[in-house]
Amino acid sequence: MKKQLICIICPRGCTLTAESGNGIKVSGNACPKGEKYAIDELTNPLRTVTSTVRVKNMPLTMVSVKTKDPIPKDKMAEAMKIIRATEVNAPIKIGDVIIKDVFGTDIIATKEINL
Amino acid sequence: MDIKNFDIVVVGGGPAGMAAAVAAYDSGITSVAIIDREPSLGGILRQCIHNGFGLHKLGKELTGPEYAAVYETEVAKRSIMVYYETMVTSVSADKTVTATNKNGILKIKAKAVILAMGCRERSRGALNISGTRPAGIYSAGTAQKLMNCEGFAVGKTAVILGSGDIGLIMARRMSLEGAKVEAVCELMPYSGGLTRNIVQCLEDFDIPLYLSTTVAEIHGKDRIEGVTIAKVDENRNIIEETKRYIPCDTLLLSVGLIPENELTMGAGITMDNVTNGAVVDQYRQTEQSGIFACGNVLQVHDLVDYVSDEAEIAGKSAAKYVKNQLEAGNTVKTVAGNGVRYVLPQKVDIKSSEDVSLFMRVTAPFGKVRFTAKSGDTLLATAVRLKAAPGEMEKITIKAEKLREITTEITLSLEEL
Ligand SMILES: Cc1cc2nc3c(=O)[nH]c(=O)nc-3n(C[C@H](O)[C@H](O)[C@H](O)COP(=O)(O)OP(=O)(O)OC[C@H]3O[C@@H](n4cnc5c(N)ncnc54)[C@H](O)[C@@H]3O)c2cc1C
Ligand code: SF4
Repeated sequence: MKKQLICIICPRGCTLTAESGNGIKVSGNACPKGEKYAIDELTNPLRTVTSTVRVKNMPLTMVSVKTKDPIPKDKMAEAMKIIRATEVNAPIKIGDVIIKDVFGTDIIATKEINL
Repeated sequence: MDIKNFDIVVVGGGPAGMAAAVAAYDSGITSVAIIDREPSLGGILRQCIHNGFGLHKLGKELTGPEYAAVYETEVAKRSIMVYYETMVTSVSADKTVTATNKNGILKIKAKAVILAMGCRERSRGALNISGTRPAGIYSAGTAQKLMNCEGFAVGKTAVILGSGDIGLIMARRMSLEGAKVEAVCELMPYSGGLTRNIVQCLEDFDIPLYLSTTVAEIHGKDRIEGVTIAKVDENRNIIEETKRYIPCDTLLLSVGLIPENELTMGAGITMDNVTNGAVVDQYRQTEQSGIFACGNVLQVHDLVDYVSDEAEIAGKSAAKYVKNQLEAGNTVKTVAGNGVRYVLPQKVDIKSSEDVSLFMRVTAPFGKVRFTAKSGDTLLATAVRLKAAPGEMEKITIKAEKLREITTEITLSLEEL
């Protein structure tokens, strides 16, 4: 089976062709990351989720967060539910773990919030 | 009135302003000030919470606030003066910068000025959509700021007009937040955004992208209730039979960015009416000597990485100017040839001892192309790309030794292969 994909790893956006059969053969990638992307995409597609979490002790303030590592694409909606149900207190530093262990990774802060 | 003296004043503390200030400082000019109207540095990056920043420049994928923080840390490491919550109201040709803040009026006499004011979104006033003007209509950037910085839920069902990157990113953001994005409509027959954003922001969420389609009418009294969308013909006229109603409580407009150049024009600087930014040479010096420009105020960038690169050029050049080491005597013009919408810089100093990179945007999507830079019959540089799109800035570099062969203007054009 042949499948065409657009690599989303970098802004170059190479058009990849993945041929499955005896393993997966990838062409069209300008760098090795594209091959890994195509294989992941056909077997276990992954995405980094970014969102925000309300800062409880400051009015009208959100701290931006992300999944430290990409999570399975079909878990994005569930991860968002967990993120949306969370509130934190400032001060917060970039990299602080906001929620532990969400689909195998942590949700970490991407912005510094000082009191 | 407070009067100060600095060697270099940077107007705007977004990624461009920060990188320019750091580069100027590291080139040996330590009397540097950044002025920004916001209470913190970072510019528009503070609201761009998605990832995809820094892959080229820093070799890792960061979110907007993380990318900004890298540069904020660099600024903080140096004794660069930062004026927060200070609005620059004018820059004069003699390099006096006037600003206001809660302490009153501030006047800074500078030896060089770097303009880094960024861009703003085209507002709906600039668009002619018929119908009512109810609540629930936002520019995509305003919606982004409300959601990401203040936690305001923008709406439950949305239509997005314009397929630029901000619109695409907002389509994903709203979907993740549980809203339903009914459609993204794009007037042109192709998207203005990066292909990767079409994949990860639309396809991942099954959001349809309608090309050659616009919002023909807005419905609703107090709050928007729906829009009529329609296909357009090649002259961008609405095709009546294709009109179709979509209920929604939110309409986001992502219809382009305009460099914020009131100050630039106030200083009497020559503008380029295609980029809507100043005319500059490869040092990013405008036609007003000692005034430089970089980032989105000069040309709208799709990648912040290139903003930082451009700002470093401006910062280094401004430092040279202050040290009296910047000579830009012998310049030729650059010209956009076949398939090319604009070229930046608009002028090249051919005495330069360094390679010169020319940045450009193409007029329409193309398959495999070859870019060539020529001066008369002399070939200066070529580059082959598997594809080219208006949403993606292209670059071609002319080697320093080739500059010596230049006799007349440089034309950049493409041929389809
Ligand atoms: C609404 C919006 C959303 C965007 N979203 C994305 C995105 O999702 N992804 C992406 O890659 N790119 C995005 N961009 C592009 C992004 O702007 C650039 O990549 C980059 O941030 C440009 O940097 P800059 O420093 O040139 O401008 P900016 O980041 O806009 O910084 C300009 C700074 O100048 C200050 N300023 C302006 N005028 C004055 C004045 N008169 N006095 C004092 N200070 C002043 C502003 O407060 C601001 O801090 C977006 C742009 C906009 C407008
Ligand atoms: S294959 Fe490599 S160069 Fe091409 S888009 Fe993917 S990461 Fe970028």
